[in-house]
Amino acid sequence: MQKRLFLKGTFAAVAVAFSGLYTPTVAAADDTFKVGLILPMTGPFASTGRQIDAGIKAYMGQNGDEVAGRKIEIILKDDNGVAANSKKLAQELIVNDKVNVIAGFGLTPIALAVAPVATQSKTPMVVMAAQTQSITDASPYIVRSSGTIPQVTAGIAKWAAKNGFNKVVTLVPDYAPGYESETAFKKFFGESGGEIIEEIRVPMRNPDFAPFLQRVRDQKPDGLFVMLPSGPGAALLKQYGQRGLEAAGIRLIGHGAITDDDNLNEAGDASLGVMTSDYYSTAHPSEMNKKFVEDYKKYDPTTRPNFFGVAGYDGMHIIYAALEKTGGKGNGDQLLEAMKGLSFESPRGPVTLDPDTRDFIQNIYLRKVEKVDGVLYNVEFDVVENVDAFGNTK
Amino acid sequence: MLTILFDGIAYGMLLFVLAIGLSVTLGLMNFINLAHGAFAMVGGYATVLLMQHYDVPFLLCMPVAFIVAALLGAVLEPTLYRPMYHRPALDQVLFSIGLVFIAVAATDFAIGSSEQIIQLPSWLNGRSEFHFGPYSLGMGHYRLLIILVCVILTVLLQYGLDRTRFGSQLRAAVDDQKVADGLGINVNVVFLSTFAVGSGLAGLGGALGAEVLGLDPTFPFKFMIYFLIVVALGGTSSLTGPLVAALLLGVADVTGKYYVPKLGSFIVYIVMIMILLWRPHGLFVSKGTKT
Repeated sequence: MQKRLFLKGTFAAVAVAFSGLYTPTVAAADDTFKVGLILPMTGPFASTGRQIDAGIKAYMGQNGDEVAGRKIEIILKDDNGVAANSKKLAQELIVNDKVNVIAGFGLTPIALAVAPVATQSKTPMVVMAAQTQSITDASPYIVRSSGTIPQVTAGIAKWAAKNGFNKVVTLVPDYAPGYESETAFKKFFGESGGEIIEEIRVPMRNPDFAPFLQRVRDQKPDGLFVMLPSGPGAALLKQYGQRGLEAAGIRLIGHGAITDDDNLNEAGDASLGVMTSDYYSTAHPSEMNKKFVEDYKKYDPTTRPNFFGVAGYDGMHIIYAALEKTGGKGNGDQLLEAMKGLSFESPRGPVTLDPDTRDFIQNIYLRKVEKVDGVLYNVEFDVVENVDAFGNTK
Repeated sequence: MLTILFDGIAYGMLLFVLAIGLSVTLGLMNFINLAHGAFAMVGGYATVLLMQHYDVPFLLCMPVAFIVAALLGAVLEPTLYRPMYHRPALDQVLFSIGLVFIAVAATDFAIGSSEQIIQLPSWLNGRSEFHFGPYSLGMGHYRLLIILVCVILTVLLQYGLDRTRFGSQLRAAVDDQKVADGLGINVNVVFLSTFAVGSGLAGLGGALGAEVLGLDPTFPFKFMIYFLIVVALGGTSSLTGPLVAALLLGVADVTGKYYVPKLGSFIVYIVMIMILLWRPHGLFVSKGTKT
């Protein structure tokens, strides 16, 4: 009997706790507009968190911390890159801290874990990193300020087909984002008349690329398409050079992640001449970007902004612009409506938040690693304009 | 074909250098030290930091990595490990895996979690190609260096264990600690130096492996399985066992990935299962040894 009573009590308490999730977030009693930021600030993906955090600070440094009469407050939580933590943190931020918007999300599983929380609490969720295309389907409250893997891959695939690549081998890591890149490359390269002669998937936990690269070499394609996170990416670039693939006439092209601006210089000269596509390069030649890079370094002097840093900056702009548009009074749904269709100039170039996919329609740039004043940059040399989340040109 | 074989041998040799220290502590001292990879990581990071910040040449970094890891081993053996020698295996496993967690977190905190990259001197980046009729053999110079270092080490170790006074003292101390002690062998010093050399070898392996295997704070976990496979397959009674096991694994892994990329790294485990079904105590078990 005792036990039963206790159980009932517990259920009631749980129900009360959860009911908080279902009430729409009303503007907090004080007039502060709170942004709950969930990022991996420690652990293997700490550089993602560091980039986005500094990008946001650079934006707020340029634009102040007051919008439409309301003070903006950022509440930063570290999830260590573990999805279970992120979900718990999102619930705490929404229920206890009564944040108006949640933002950040370094990895795909994290964004997917938090999505139901955003839907239930009707809180806009600005994804600033995770790039798996399907993430925005997980909740109608998600908007994304980075890009998608098919979108980025489409750039190099289309360019390669037009520029003398006929037979290509693809090499991607054996996990979901890798498959997404592989599929997108196959689609857009194939559409433009190219042929994929082999698709290699490499295990994530074993970075010795020797046997895979030897296989590529013996198949004698014109090009090797690679999508890898920057750490293993740098290792691959070195082994590509050492194994003499370049000398054998196999040109390396890739998804922008392999020549990540964050640690491009640590990887050394092995990346010189590598051609990739991405939505942002630190070297993007615009006044706005120059200013952004300068301001970014005030908050993170150890490196320079990469595709995540700019996504933090632009994500913050989306929040500011939506709040401005609703006169500072918007609830979750109104803010979300105000975000859709926003069109503005970003340090990466012009972007539009597609109301259908809630992803950016943006330019994908073709870049080549070059040395400028002794420092390696991804120098843009061509562009595919207005690419949507699926990689199609609008 | 020959190139793949060559790469496989180099990979296997690297595994051997990394795992031989574990084979020594496990086989000779009967201590299950899962934290072995942490010593390898120390050697790797010593190399990376020296090269990045002090421009120390790579060849000089290798002995330094050995010494740093060996010194660390020499400090930790009397303080942390010695009290654990007579504890049950489970205690030893839990203790040493705890050390790994500490090492991973400490490295992450002190140096950062990103993968470390070293810049090899250009003469090591090169590659030599030979053609024999239809066959061609391409040898990366760095992989040649790995093989060379490994062969030298094997000869030295074999000589040290079999032919020197220290080797016989060690074998005596392992067989019966009390009697050895009674004969005037300072067992503690013997174990201390053995442990230090084992750790130093791991450090050297870490320095050699940073280029091929990559180096980040999770290194001890990533490669713990490989070390254990080498020791499990090779048996712990001799040096030949782990050497053959490491070569077999290296060649199987590389050829497997080359010919059947889809199966990827699973080939290693298939090989291990087959061999253990065939010889449950490993490839080489000397008849007198208790297993």
